Amino acid sequence: MKNWTKPEKTVYFAVLTFSVFLGLTEDVSAMHIMEGYLPLVHCILWGVICLPFAAHGFITLKHISIEKPQTMILLAMSGAFIFVISSLKIPSVTGSCSHMTGTGLSAILFGVSSASVLGIIVLIFQAVLLAHGGLTTLGANTFSMAIAGPILAFLIYRLGQKRNINRKITVFFAAALGDIFTYCITSLQLALAYPSNEGGIIFSAGKFLGVFAPTQIPLAVMEGLITVLVVMGMENFALPELRALGFVGKEEL
Amino acid sequence: MCKNKVTAFILTALILLIALVPLFALKGAEFGGSDDAGSQIVESIQGNYEPWFTPVLETLIGGELPGEIESLFFCVQTGIGVGIIAYSFGYLAARKKYKGDNQV
Repeated sequence: MKNWTKPEKTVYFAVLTFSVFLGLTEDVSAMHIMEGYLPLVHCILWGVICLPFAAHGFITLKHISIEKPQTMILLAMSGAFIFVISSLKIPSVTGSCSHMTGTGLSAILFGVSSASVLGIIVLIFQAVLLAHGGLTTLGANTFSMAIAGPILAFLIYRLGQKRNINRKITVFFAAALGDIFTYCITSLQLALAYPSNEGGIIFSAGKFLGVFAPTQIPLAVMEGLITVLVVMGMENFALPELRALGFVGKEEL
Repeated sequence: MCKNKVTAFILTALILLIALVPLFALKGAEFGGSDDAGSQIVESIQGNYEPWFTPVLETLIGGELPGEIESLFFCVQTGIGVGIIAYSFGYLAARKKYKGDNQV
């Protein structure tokens, strides 16, 4: 954000203020959430929370595209990665299907807000064409898959880097836990909308998580492994770009 | 480099294993979407829940998207993604091959 121009900062802070203001005025008593399954207030609130991330991501990407145009190929690849990964329904040990999120890769390469922008594109595609997720629940789904998941992935990746842990291992945990975390947030979002009569929100969240988690864990492991594979490929063929992004240090490899 | 190839091979094998084992281990399982399982829980908590908004496309075509068409759209999505990734890796691999490593 240091080298953002004034209008860009203005737009971003305008969106941020608007979002905080709107978010605070409503008292929230409250894998993809299905279309029409969240109360209108929740839909709007989640959407509003996502706005600053989207604005931040948009401007960040604009800057990367101008300052490091050579890295656009990696951006395209991470976006395409989300497209592929989230379109594949994978059978899981519980006898039901789910799909991975794929947003971990872009989060560790380009940062959280850039991953949000890519995630939103995919979510819109699926909501409009596939009746998967939904336009009314776009905000909530964006928050879980394209904001919360990437944030955790990014933090884990940074932590691993600081501790000097092997990069493959760090990438694996970042992507896998980011994927799991997405579904934890989804459960919480559903629980906020449907608190159970007996145990309230927490009971309800446990119930949703009980359905999502066992299905998702093997898939999260898989997403971790696939992300490691892609990162290995990029390290092999796209070193200059990774260096430009600061993903690998100058002295490495 | 050689070590990388071995790692890549092991990773690929693991990925396939995770994806395919449930299919053979759980014979006769339905493999419905877990997103739909979510709506079933909503019903168990809330009683009969009527979604208040139907997907735009379903409204436009006046019904649910036929299964075959749904898989078509999913394939289109996968296809777009794979196309971009394959093109990019192809581009990068060729660049590395014809420029030589010392360029990078």
